[in-house]
Amino acid sequence: MSGVLEQIAGVLYEGDDESVCTLVQKALNEGIKPGQVLRNGLLAGMDQVGVDFRAGDLFVPEVLISARAMHAGMDILRPLLSQSDLASSNKIVIGTVQGDLHDIGKNLVGMMLEGGGFEVIDIGIDLPPEKFVDAIKTEHPDIVGMSAMLTTTMQNMKHTIDALENAGVREEVRVIVGGAPVTKEYADEIGADGYAPDAGSAVELARSLVKQKDG
Amino acid sequence: METILEGTKAIVRIAPHHRTVLIGERINPTGRKRLAAELAAGNIEIVKQEALTQVDSGADVIDVNVGAIGVDQVTMLPRAVEMVQEVVDVPISIDTADPVALEAALKVCRGKALVNSVNGKEEILSRVLPLVARYKAAVIGLCMDEGGIPGEPQKRMDIAAKILKRAQEIGIPQEDVLIDCLAMTVSADHEAGLATLDAIRKVRTELGVNMTLGASNASFGMPDREILNAAYLALAIREGVNAPIVNVARVRQAILAVDVLLGRDEYAQNYIKGYREKQREGK
Repeated sequence: MSGVLEQIAGVLYEGDDESVCTLVQKALNEGIKPGQVLRNGLLAGMDQVGVDFRAGDLFVPEVLISARAMHAGMDILRPLLSQSDLASSNKIVIGTVQGDLHDIGKNLVGMMLEGGGFEVIDIGIDLPPEKFVDAIKTEHPDIVGMSAMLTTTMQNMKHTIDALENAGVREEVRVIVGGAPVTKEYADEIGADGYAPDAGSAVELARSLVKQKDG
Repeated sequence: METILEGTKAIVRIAPHHRTVLIGERINPTGRKRLAAELAAGNIEIVKQEALTQVDSGADVIDVNVGAIGVDQVTMLPRAVEMVQEVVDVPISIDTADPVALEAALKVCRGKALVNSVNGKEEILSRVLPLVARYKAAVIGLCMDEGGIPGEPQKRMDIAAKILKRAQEIGIPQEDVLIDCLAMTVSADHEAGLATLDAIRKVRTELGVNMTLGASNASFGMPDREILNAAYLALAIREGVNAPIVNVARVRQAILAVDVLLGRDEYAQNYIKGYREKQREGK
């Protein structure tokens, strides 16, 4: 790995957005391909952030600063990335299910996923099942993430998955679920493809699912 | 403005000039997987110990929430309320989003309970407020509605005003409405704490009602959560919160300190008593 890419990963980990921009520009000037800057610079840094967050060494605000630095770097790279590079950035639609207004966890997961290199389409809160169906039809995401914070609204995750089945779009996406009352057992029971207990694990889970899908 | 809650024996008065009332939050399976599993297995007895421990730590009111997967709240919530009232004499806060379970619990609950909670959603107001009125309970009103939780303090204040108005229209006196301006996670938005504090101040000056707050939310995703929680509670109590929902064992001494500093603890008797209790427990 070239020195400048390691430096990018390092300053991204520190959340230094100005240095990220300077170094991304420097790497490009050195003739390194944009896709490589993305993978071995920005995403490599974000991976380390994810590892240390899950280990309890980093805290949410630090992850968000790194995510902001990631965005700053992406603003420079995006116009230069080839179609194949862009296709490798996966899309995820997230929202809270019908009846549920709790958006803190969902927002946090969204920010972490963006930091993890996903294109995140946040369709909001208190969403009837057909909103998820519509979003799949218009956005063609790789993954749909549903959140619920109440045992009463959690049942609507099942209703939403059923609606995806009935609309014939269930096979197009991987469905992941999360929220305080949700458990792995419940996720399995309703036929979700994955469950994450926290925002950091959600990124890990999303990555493993798109790898399965692509592979 | 004085909110009175009653248990089987104890009476709790919530008012601006009184000491801060502590609502114990621990009987809630959300985020407590072991408690959730016990409740789902039908082991409802577990709430007795949780109630006793909290009252020993200084809880003035016990919140009872049995919402977990595999738990039929309509049968379990009233049973849990009865169990808790067998072992402690303090007032109960009945915590559920299910109106049927709520009514079942209100039927068996002795004294004057606190209903946790309603919010500004029409459906909730029209369904739950009549129950509060019929069973002569008090109620917590959350500052959120169909549009979610507004960021602007004025909008949260507007929702509080709406809830208060609707409560009064069906005969619930305003002193029986406690407003919760909602503590948001500061790790995701560094100005979220301030927005809530501003909303609390507005509600106090414009509506004058008593207030609760689930302050522990604010510190999610941060290190040294207890320090943040204690600091936040101090600020929130100063702005008008007088019955926060808390992990009593963890924050009681900090709240007793706040009461001393705000002149609500004559001769600092409660603070010193709390200190001696901790000494005895060898903490």
